[in-house]
Amino acid sequence: MKKSWWKILCIVLLIYVLLGGLLMEVPRKAILNETIRNIYFHVPMWFGMMTLCGCSVYHSIRFLRNPDLLSDIKATSYASTGMLYGILGIITGAIWANYTWGKPWSNDIKQIGAAIALLIYAAYFVLRNSITDIDKRARVGAVYNIFAFAMLLPALWIIPRMMESLHPGGMGNPGADPRDMDTRMRMIFWPAAVPGFILLGIWISTIIIRFRKIEDKNLLHV
Amino acid sequence: MYKHVITLLKKDLLLELRQQYTFYGVLLYVASSIFVLYLAIQQPESDVWNGLFWIIQLFICVNAVAKSFLQETRGRMLYFYAIAGPQHFILAKLLYNTFIMLLMSLISLVLFRALLGNPLINFWQFTGIVCIGSVSLSLVFTMLAAIAAKAQQQASLMAIMGFPIIIPQLLLLMRISKAGLGEAFQAGALADMVWLLCGLDLLVMIMAIILFPFLWKD
Repeated sequence: MKKSWWKILCIVLLIYVLLGGLLMEVPRKAILNETIRNIYFHVPMWFGMMTLCGCSVYHSIRFLRNPDLLSDIKATSYASTGMLYGILGIITGAIWANYTWGKPWSNDIKQIGAAIALLIYAAYFVLRNSITDIDKRARVGAVYNIFAFAMLLPALWIIPRMMESLHPGGMGNPGADPRDMDTRMRMIFWPAAVPGFILLGIWISTIIIRFRKIEDKNLLHV
Repeated sequence: MYKHVITLLKKDLLLELRQQYTFYGVLLYVASSIFVLYLAIQQPESDVWNGLFWIIQLFICVNAVAKSFLQETRGRMLYFYAIAGPQHFILAKLLYNTFIMLLMSLISLVLFRALLGNPLINFWQFTGIVCIGSVSLSLVFTMLAAIAAKAQQQASLMAIMGFPIIIPQLLLLMRISKAGLGEAFQAGALADMVWLLCGLDLLVMIMAIILFPFLWKD
């Protein structure tokens, strides 16, 4: 119980998001209409992805400071869950864009940013697979992970603010435009949807980590 | 500190002058790829010209920079390990590759202008942007070459790792190079983007200096 309280919290929050997000009243906006409900599912994917990739980089830095294969396992597990969130984010975004912007992909600067992020993490896994020595693989992978993350941040946080975008907020703040959500929506989005999906991502990662720990038992000095 | 960097840089330049392999190899690559482009689409419109120019820069950079770590044999790396620090080594490589890439970019700009027509309205401004761009490209790819050198398949892996990372910078470069093609910008927007590129260059250098020591020891 002491260790699993956040898992219970995660389930409760996500049930609330599912029920509240699909059933509760939303403001009627032109073009958006009922698709605005997608904000509970699409936007938390990016919050989740950033958190998970942040965790991945944190463990990569820890690996470089203190070479322990467990940190490497953690870094790759968080990165793979982060990539899963990115793919889900792109899919939910493409479905949403299909109904609001007319087509699933319109080369919006933030769509490009998301695609870059996915390509970078795909390259991270290709790089790892190309090295056979386990310690070397972990070290080179960690270096690339940190370097790529540092290069990714400006692409996701600075450049979208300088270019025109179809996303709300547009020039200035590329994040969720606070004016688009009313109080009822904010009550689901901030306290439940965002932390709920982040917790789910961490939960999935911990399961992968436990699985990998059993798989690579003979390599870890535990 | 500076003495070490300059000595290593001198060694790279000296090797280059003696062997003249990289320089002429890349030069031939530049010339033949631009010549093929010329055969394919003689005189393109300015947007196409701009896009092709930066794509060619990207490929030149991958080819020019990939050699810098490939030419160092295992024994020689061990020797450097004994006489110099990793920071000196990577700084020398960054400077050397920047120099080579600047040279190649300017040569390819001249060739582009000669063969593919001249849509440039503001030539000197575009030349300045090309210099900024080639510095950015060479810095990022030097770091990636250092990573790829650790995983045997150099060139292909560099492309896989490098293209996603370079896309933001390439987009910015294509955007600002439209200034040289005669597009008017909002006041300050151009300077903002140039500063952002310079900031990114600085970030790459700092990351390279921090991270290279971990690649260095084997």
